[in-house]
Amino acid sequence: MAETPLLEVEDLHVTFRTPKGPVEAVRGVTFKLGREKLGIVGESGSGKSQTGRAILGLIDSRGEVRAKTLRFAGSDLLSADERAMRRIRGNRISMILQDPKYSLNPVMTVGHQIAEAFLVHYKASRKDARRRTLEMLEAVRIRDPERVYHAYPHELSGGMGQRVMIAMMMIPEPDIIIADEPTSALDVTVSLQVLAILDDMVTRLGTGLIFISHDLNLVASFCDRILIMYAGRVVETCPAGELDKAQHPYTRGLLNCLPKIEQGAEILPTLVRDPSWATQDETAR
Amino acid sequence: MIRIDHLNVVFGRGRSTVHAVRDVSFAVRRGESFGLVGESGSGKSTVLRAIAGLVDDWTGTLEVAGTAQARRRSRDFRRQVQMVFQDPYGSLHPRHTVDHILKEPLYIHRLEATDDRVVESLEEVGLDASFRFRFPHQLSGGQRQRIAVARALIMEPSVLLLDEPTSALDVSIQAEVLNLLTRLRREHDLTYILVSHDLAVVSHMCERLAVMRLGEVVEDLAIEQLRRHMPTHPYTRQLFQAAHGYSRDFVAQLVDDI
Repeated sequence: MAETPLLEVEDLHVTFRTPKGPVEAVRGVTFKLGREKLGIVGESGSGKSQTGRAILGLIDSRGEVRAKTLRFAGSDLLSADERAMRRIRGNRISMILQDPKYSLNPVMTVGHQIAEAFLVHYKASRKDARRRTLEMLEAVRIRDPERVYHAYPHELSGGMGQRVMIAMMMIPEPDIIIADEPTSALDVTVSLQVLAILDDMVTRLGTGLIFISHDLNLVASFCDRILIMYAGRVVETCPAGELDKAQHPYTRGLLNCLPKIEQGAEILPTLVRDPSWATQDETAR
Repeated sequence: MIRIDHLNVVFGRGRSTVHAVRDVSFAVRRGESFGLVGESGSGKSTVLRAIAGLVDDWTGTLEVAGTAQARRRSRDFRRQVQMVFQDPYGSLHPRHTVDHILKEPLYIHRLEATDDRVVESLEEVGLDASFRFRFPHQLSGGQRQRIAVARALIMEPSVLLLDEPTSALDVSIQAEVLNLLTRLRREHDLTYILVSHDLAVVSHMCERLAVMRLGEVVEDLAIEQLRRHMPTHPYTRQLFQAAHGYSRDFVAQLVDDI
């Protein structure tokens, strides 16, 4: 990663105003993303999803985003107005969400939705868009692209729906994809198949991927590098292959409390939370 | 303790018939913990619901504690066999206090619903008496699932049917709830049937498991066999490998129809 990073995030904060006072969901997250697969792992409420949303400017009006740096391919995202953001969103940075059932438009055919994603960002004829869409559906290994083109989202299985989402997000060939729990709603074998498609596309196009998930083992086996988040902060960064050598007690605790197929322990070790994890600086390795 | 023979469940009629469970047979001994594993639509939850009496359209034989069960279950069965559901957000009445939630089954069974009994069952699941007058929205996911377990235990059952009891929880909370279930089984000599899509959870909790696919049991094996990497059916082997995370090579050799 000698080249300039695709994305630079420094000291990112996301604060929400609530009736009970401000809640800091993200508290000083710093990382750089190159053309790699970066995993962000944490439990619910750790701020991992809000980090992803803040990059795309998708924090709703009750929330406030502050950062020292939030730079994408050299341009500053913090000072970008809504019009500039719209040109980046979808086209240069896109997002895959957890459940295709809720993120696809239920009253539009799948083909139309994917073609729309293409037409919004490129000057092309409808015919070209249609051709590209069918190619894309084939690329995400949908067996009968012609049929799926004319199908509505409710006619697809969860795995197919998520492949359609990937096709839609990849068609403008973005530089970064943020995938927020993209396979958590899917069965394990289907989930691995969908990940393989994502893996192939990201590798072929040299896209930077931010993979947000609660599943430590999945992220470790899929990504190149992992950030572990706790209470809005990154507590540890490590290469995915060396997760088993993780130092931070929180990471270790999470790994230990997972039941394992091979060893039968009567009682699982539980996580004893140390208040210092929420304040201490990251143990970088 | 539980014996199921040629259980079939068919939903709908005419063209929209779904044969959800096909000829499923297994037996669970007293005090044993038995796992049902499968992907969505495999019929694992339907088997559990049929045992609980929540599904009417079944055929076959179902014996609990040596008594064949009819479509309509006896009051005694409904006390002895209790169920814990997946979603602790949906399974507790949002406008009832914990106290009310725990006393309701006692009222239904015309048992003595004393405050002591409520406090005792809260302590059983690791919560103190201060939780009695809280509403479900004032509890975390793990605490709610503890209340759901307490509600099942207050009837002093001999069988607990657990339908994905921890899949809505974070892994650190999952560990606590699994430990709780392990301890309760030992202390109360309970028999468990645990439904889960997570092979690791089942192998941690159970002595034996059945793997289901498209309504059928494809393999019935002891956890030891699974640990020694000896599942015989290709589908079980596939699930077993998939549980070990992502590998591009493994996905390449995945087969859709085994």
